[in-house]
Amino acid sequence: MIETPIHLLLLLLLPPLLLGVINKTKALAAGRIGAPWLQPYYDLIKLMRKGLVVSTTTTWVFFAGPAITLSTVILAGLLIPLGPFNAPIAFTGDLILFAYLFGLARFFTTAAALDTGSAFEGMGAAREVTFACLSEPALFFALLVLAKKSGSLTLTNMLHGPVAVFPSPAAAPLVLVAIGLFIVLLAETCRIPVDDPNTHLELTMIHEVMVLDHSGPLLGVIQYASALKLFVLSAVLLHLLAPFRTGSAWLDWPLFVGEILALAIVIGILESIMARLQMKRVPYLLTGALLLCGSGFILLVR
Amino acid sequence: MLSLQLVLSAIVLLGFSGLPGCLLSPQSALGQRLATALMLIGSLLGICGLALSFDMPAPSLHIPWFLPWGQFAVTLDPLSAVFLGLVFVVPGLGSIYGLGYWKQSEHADNGRQLALFYGVLAGSMGLVVIARDGILFLIAWEIMAMAAYFVATAEEDNPEVRRAGWVYLIATHVGTLFLFAMFSLWYHATGSFALELTRALPDKTAGTIFVLALIGFGFKAGLMPLHVWLPGAHANAPSHVSAVMSGVMLKLGIYGILRVTALFPANPVWWGGVLLTVGSITGVAGIAFAIGQYDLKRMLAYSSIENIGIIAIGLGLTLLGRALGRWDWILLGLGGSLLHVWNHGLFKSLLFFNAGAIIHDTHTRDLDHLGGLAKKMPRTAVFFLVGAVAICALPPLNGFVSEWLLYLGLFHTLNFNTEPGIAAAATAAVALAMIGALAVACFVKLFGAVFLGTPRTSSTEHAHDPEAAMLVPVILLALGCTCIGVFPMLAMPMLENAVRTWALPLNAPGSLANVLPWHWITWLGFALVVLAAGIFGIIKVLPRIKRVPKKITWDCGYAQPTARMQYTGSSFGQTIVQLFSFMLHPQTYRPAMRSLFPKPTPAKTFVPDLVLDRWVLPLFNFAGRTLPGVRVLQQGQTYLYLLYILIITIILPFFWGVGIPS
Repeated sequence: MIETPIHLLLLLLLPPLLLGVINKTKALAAGRIGAPWLQPYYDLIKLMRKGLVVSTTTTWVFFAGPAITLSTVILAGLLIPLGPFNAPIAFTGDLILFAYLFGLARFFTTAAALDTGSAFEGMGAAREVTFACLSEPALFFALLVLAKKSGSLTLTNMLHGPVAVFPSPAAAPLVLVAIGLFIVLLAETCRIPVDDPNTHLELTMIHEVMVLDHSGPLLGVIQYASALKLFVLSAVLLHLLAPFRTGSAWLDWPLFVGEILALAIVIGILESIMARLQMKRVPYLLTGALLLCGSGFILLVR
Repeated sequence: MLSLQLVLSAIVLLGFSGLPGCLLSPQSALGQRLATALMLIGSLLGICGLALSFDMPAPSLHIPWFLPWGQFAVTLDPLSAVFLGLVFVVPGLGSIYGLGYWKQSEHADNGRQLALFYGVLAGSMGLVVIARDGILFLIAWEIMAMAAYFVATAEEDNPEVRRAGWVYLIATHVGTLFLFAMFSLWYHATGSFALELTRALPDKTAGTIFVLALIGFGFKAGLMPLHVWLPGAHANAPSHVSAVMSGVMLKLGIYGILRVTALFPANPVWWGGVLLTVGSITGVAGIAFAIGQYDLKRMLAYSSIENIGIIAIGLGLTLLGRALGRWDWILLGLGGSLLHVWNHGLFKSLLFFNAGAIIHDTHTRDLDHLGGLAKKMPRTAVFFLVGAVAICALPPLNGFVSEWLLYLGLFHTLNFNTEPGIAAAATAAVALAMIGALAVACFVKLFGAVFLGTPRTSSTEHAHDPEAAMLVPVILLALGCTCIGVFPMLAMPMLENAVRTWALPLNAPGSLANVLPWHWITWLGFALVVLAAGIFGIIKVLPRIKRVPKKITWDCGYAQPTARMQYTGSSFGQTIVQLFSFMLHPQTYRPAMRSLFPKPTPAKTFVPDLVLDRWVLPLFNFAGRTLPGVRVLQQGQTYLYLLYILIITIILPFFWGVGIPS
């Protein structure tokens, strides 16, 4: 019973650290010292205490966007198992709810962006919904593979499935799916090579440009929600990348935290050695992810 | 038996609801109120009848009649009840809505005609659903098709409306032609027009009947590529008529396919495969075309095509399940489809009613002329948003529940190692995921372009929330969407009875109410709302928020943003239109510079309909150019046509030996 509080604590408190680790890794790779590990926490606290400026164009949708995004991501986080432990909420068909919660978040994030009436934000919103048209099918191919592999329609069982087959050749489809899902993760959390969170040119951004007009606590909620999203998707991916178990609960929690931080370092290294893709090439990358996940499925059912 | 009597009297009341108004003056508000009152009484009687028929043996009525074939045979079984539910809800609400939207005092030239045929349309739809005789079915079907033509072309002085009406008339009759062929074949194979479950027919006959039904009913339902009439007719009809056509009439095409497939005790695998493929294509293409449109109601119409595709995916899974003997696929597939039939009836009517309120005040359907309406029509914005979220199948509203059932059904195919099942899951589940993502894009575009930002033209100046008559139906529909979304288990017993009726010979344990974790849907729906409201509230009460300075949108430092600088609906859809340009073939007219001091020239982009504008119209034009000689036969004089009939009747026996069945 201790698992649910730990799950909640990790879900709510750990995510900003992932951003800190990614930024620190990038700084070190570039030969800088970089901001402290905990800088994202300081940023969030500071943002929550600031005032905010709201455009005269906006309506309540502008506030609803961040609020609904954060609540959907929290609920999605309760549906996935962390490491070897079961998710607090698990029922048949929760995988569909998981995927569609992100759809709800996308609906309101983009609506809040359009609420400002700015062309830049409109551009970002258009890109966000476009790329989802390719990443969503890829995600479902991955879910099909996991469901077939585990014979279950509950995320907890589906994600615990890979452990049983991990070192054997039967894991081959999972490797393809893991690569595909990694690309989906990078796209959904707006990392390089799909989007650059640190760029200063509004014309080339996706996520950051959608939130140009949000400030203060609203911006804080948005940044916190995107950190949570990174955490949730990383936790899903870890079941495929590193399904290691020690068998002891007291060792498995630290192991999970170590793994997810290691994944953050990998993302940081990737961001340091790659450039952002041209916007028109992003669909090719996502189609690649779709093909990888689809091939994984074909390999599994052949 | 009482239930059937109630339903029959309800159908009569609906059908003749517009008649008293015809005896009054064209401007008479009384006539319209009488029609609405009759519609509502009829709907209530019908709903009482449906409630009485629940969990009872299906009552039926057989009366021989004067025609040489068939008889007046009607039955009220649970499958009919599901569709009757829509017939008794949407047209009644639309009639209330019409009191504000299409005031007879303002539409003296067509108000009575509209009320009369609106009632006939509703009544005939009810009759189609309970008819159990091929001839009666066709009669009701044809009355429905003609009534729909007269209501859709209410504004017949507008050439665009007349053109849409023509396309509809041709399409619906081509469809009916296939139904004639299907019922004739049915009569030939079984010896009667009665629509009752039969022994297994020879594979070829059954297959031909299925294909004919799929094409004939596909025209009405709007399956691609038979959807040609749908966008134009929906866009140009009065909004409450669009709501009834889209919300209810399209579903009768689905009903037809279901009823015909229920006539066979079994079916081969390819029936399911065909429907899954057609459904996936219809869904993805329908919503992709919707994104390319700039006309508010055309977008909604294309999105109806998408939803018909989703329903067809469920039917495909159902047929596949029956072919392979998988009860769980049937239960989830057909249950999901039928629930989606209801859901789409609710949220699409909701969206069309709201669209009507917008058009009523702004007199434009062009997205790029609207904008910023959330400030002027706050209630309409909220209810439109409810409909938009529901139609994107997002939790916690009703669209999610039906798609959830369909997804579960498709994922269930994985547990059973056969190629058709796996192929179905792989294509349809992934297509459904893509449809979901595209639907979000489509409805964010629609909601954003109409309600958010600042007004793009002066057409929104006089917009305001509509009067009570137009608001009440919208509120009721939004409540319906929310209720099914949060308490879906309430709808399950009725759906399950319908599923069991369809799959009569195949009765297995396992029920929708028990196998699925419905309580989680309810709890998580509440959790989502409470969490979002909580965060929203916390942001609002934070100490420094209280004094929020209002400034103009930041726009990267530019201090004078204008409404024309906003991203338009067309530009929002552009990236996706480019992604699907292999299918959408977007057309662009760029301004041409012709002289040293060029005059202003318009630039425009639009997405023509693939089938109608690129295939059908060129074909018809070609036929019109090359075959004028055939027109000699068409002289428009009755005695000539009688002569043709006589000649045919004389010639036919020489070829086939026997005459028409007597």
